[in-house]
Amino acid sequence: MTIQSQAVDPGVPPPVVAPGPAQSQTLIKIENLKTYYPIRAGLLRRVVGNVRAVDDVSFEIRKGEVFGLVGESGCGKTTLGRTLLRLEKPTSGKADFDGTDLLKLQGRELKAMRRRMQIIFQDPVGSLNPRMPVSDLIGEGLLAQATPENGWGQRKTRDKRIGDYLEEVGLRREYSRRYPHEFSGGQRQRIGIARALALNPEFIFADEPVSALDVSIQSQVLNLLADLRERFNLTFLFVAHNLSVVQYISDRVGVMYLGKVVELADVTELYAHPRHPYTVALLSAVPDPDPRVRKRHLVLKGDVPSPANPPSGCRFHTRCWLREQLGNPENCVAEEPLVRDIGAGHLVACHHAEKISDNVAREAVQGSIQVGEQARSPELAPIIAPDEVPGQDLDSPPPLSSEPGYDAPPAV
Amino acid sequence: MTETVAAPEEAPEPVRRAGVGDVLLDVQDLRTYFHVMDGTVKAVDGVSFSIRKGGRLALVGESGCGKSVTALSIMRLIETPPGEFAGGKILFEGTDLLTMDDRHIRKVRGGEIAMIFQEPMTSLNPVMTVGDQIMEAILIHQGVNKKGAQEIALKALQDVGVADPKRRLKQYPHELSGGMRQRIMIAMALSCNPKLIIADEATTALDVTIQRQILELIKAIQERTGAALLLITHDLGVVAETVDDVAVMYAGRVVETGTVEEVLLHPRMPYTRGLLESIPSQGKRGQRLSAIKGTVPNPFRLPPGCKFEPRCPFGWETCVESEPELITIGRDRSARCWLNDKRFAGRLASYSAPPATEPR
Repeated sequence: MTIQSQAVDPGVPPPVVAPGPAQSQTLIKIENLKTYYPIRAGLLRRVVGNVRAVDDVSFEIRKGEVFGLVGESGCGKTTLGRTLLRLEKPTSGKADFDGTDLLKLQGRELKAMRRRMQIIFQDPVGSLNPRMPVSDLIGEGLLAQATPENGWGQRKTRDKRIGDYLEEVGLRREYSRRYPHEFSGGQRQRIGIARALALNPEFIFADEPVSALDVSIQSQVLNLLADLRERFNLTFLFVAHNLSVVQYISDRVGVMYLGKVVELADVTELYAHPRHPYTVALLSAVPDPDPRVRKRHLVLKGDVPSPANPPSGCRFHTRCWLREQLGNPENCVAEEPLVRDIGAGHLVACHHAEKISDNVAREAVQGSIQVGEQARSPELAPIIAPDEVPGQDLDSPPPLSSEPGYDAPPAV
Repeated sequence: MTETVAAPEEAPEPVRRAGVGDVLLDVQDLRTYFHVMDGTVKAVDGVSFSIRKGGRLALVGESGCGKSVTALSIMRLIETPPGEFAGGKILFEGTDLLTMDDRHIRKVRGGEIAMIFQEPMTSLNPVMTVGDQIMEAILIHQGVNKKGAQEIALKALQDVGVADPKRRLKQYPHELSGGMRQRIMIAMALSCNPKLIIADEATTALDVTIQRQILELIKAIQERTGAALLLITHDLGVVAETVDDVAVMYAGRVVETGTVEEVLLHPRMPYTRGLLESIPSQGKRGQRLSAIKGTVPNPFRLPPGCKFEPRCPFGWETCVESEPELITIGRDRSARCWLNDKRFAGRLASYSAPPATEPR
């Protein structure tokens, strides 16, 4: 079944799927993973229900790719990553890492595996112990994973490695003696990245690594992550709620809603041809910094329902705009949609995904440029001499401040 | 029901909307300092901007640039000491809020000027019902009895799209979701028919689909009531969609002003441009993002010249030595950058190197 055969508007060219690394190896294969948190109540603290944070999720992460995972708070994206790293206890399911089931590992084997999988946390303040100097913050993991072969148990080797990785993330070696409060937010996030990298991992779970940073610092850290990925051949699970950031850095993207992956595709395919009504609404809600762009906003009603008591059938049906347009078909409420392939590895879990045309998606996601046609000025706009501005009397330029040592400005 | 799908927006609005009139709020050279143990932090140091009646202005900048302190100064919510209004004026309908006595400012605050805060959880009182909190301001400002106040509160909740408002009045903040709490905050702000609404990062803590709901709500209400809007945000996307005019702030100063189209499409200050260029997007996949190098300067050790010079790809000696004023470029258009001074008109052309590269 392909989109083209059922698309509402046949005039639109078929979606082009970038020749993704389909042949490349799988690093992590997740099958029917569930992570539930029990809700206890009453005198005996009996389990009266479950918060289904991750509910029957299956997908693969390929070697060397950045797999982006998006969704709103509480959709289970962080729990999913933490379960893979065995920081949360899975309820059931399988997760294969390079041939070993992560969820069954114990003791020594688990510890050895932990070196290969690292995490970068969201909060650059809360994730660094304020009483530890940087050398201890990074060295702690090295010490825990020390073996006779790697020699991390020896102070000298360890210190060298700490210095090397500080430089790798753009900080100075000498900083290893400083404490977290001496650094800015962006620098702290770099320390967090150095800590993950120092263990020479193959896989990094980046949990909202740039969300707490200002825009100008965010781009520095994104550039750093992109560099390191290439240099160290890393595979990333990149979780974020900022859809532009995910689009920029990811190769493939999964969209989660209430514990389920509802859509998964190559990044260009997903952003150009979203086929799940939730994905379309999510993308249409992102404000565009270009003031000429007019988007069709699909405003979702209400809030995300509780994951302790998710709606029947399709979990999105209570807020779905497509269901309303189609006259509230019965199967949305009655039947849970299965994840299906609508062509070239584009997975979607919606009964009516084919009803979303490329036109609707384009209007909602990209919008159209309506105000003026000139492009954003590629350089700073040419400077108009102020006396050419009509109605302005600026013949006498503002006086330069009389800082000591300041000479008259150079003649131009 | 088809309201969920918003109709495609109509033709672009003119730059100045009809009904936007005289100056409502005029901030002139505002200076708000904080005297702390290590010295004086000049959080706001020479901020000027104005909003017309019914106008919509955004103050944009990164954390620590002084945008929230500006808003709190307008509301006179700065504790003095340690704070100090070291200079300037905040003229609201011609009266200076900074010299107003406490009794009068209380009338303005919440009555004429209302504020929507960033954290809907911490800015609502957890031990008071939603109803009591909304009615508190109404009772103070509108001279009605409790029954009348309740009616106004119900109406305000209906206006912000809260379903079953009678039940909500009796609920406590912890029983509500983030989006619902923000609606309550907006209802509180609106209940006294303010002339100016200040929204301080009102949608920052919300998820993107909820942010969309709240943005649409604020826009609709602002248009219906004709109140002016001062939007404080760091998100240039929100700016582009919500307001008409922008003032960009950096290190306690306004560094660029103009209409949204002018500032976001033709920035005349390298900082604004750097912010715009560092936003990741589809077109930049596979390329390095151009980042603004370095970090925001330490407020105790601001550079003597242009505060942005240490991070600026264009700076030269003049920028190191002296700080530019806000240089007027056109009607309501200005930038605090020497590049806009006609004496340096040829300067920009001499920079051929790609700007804004980050250190490694």
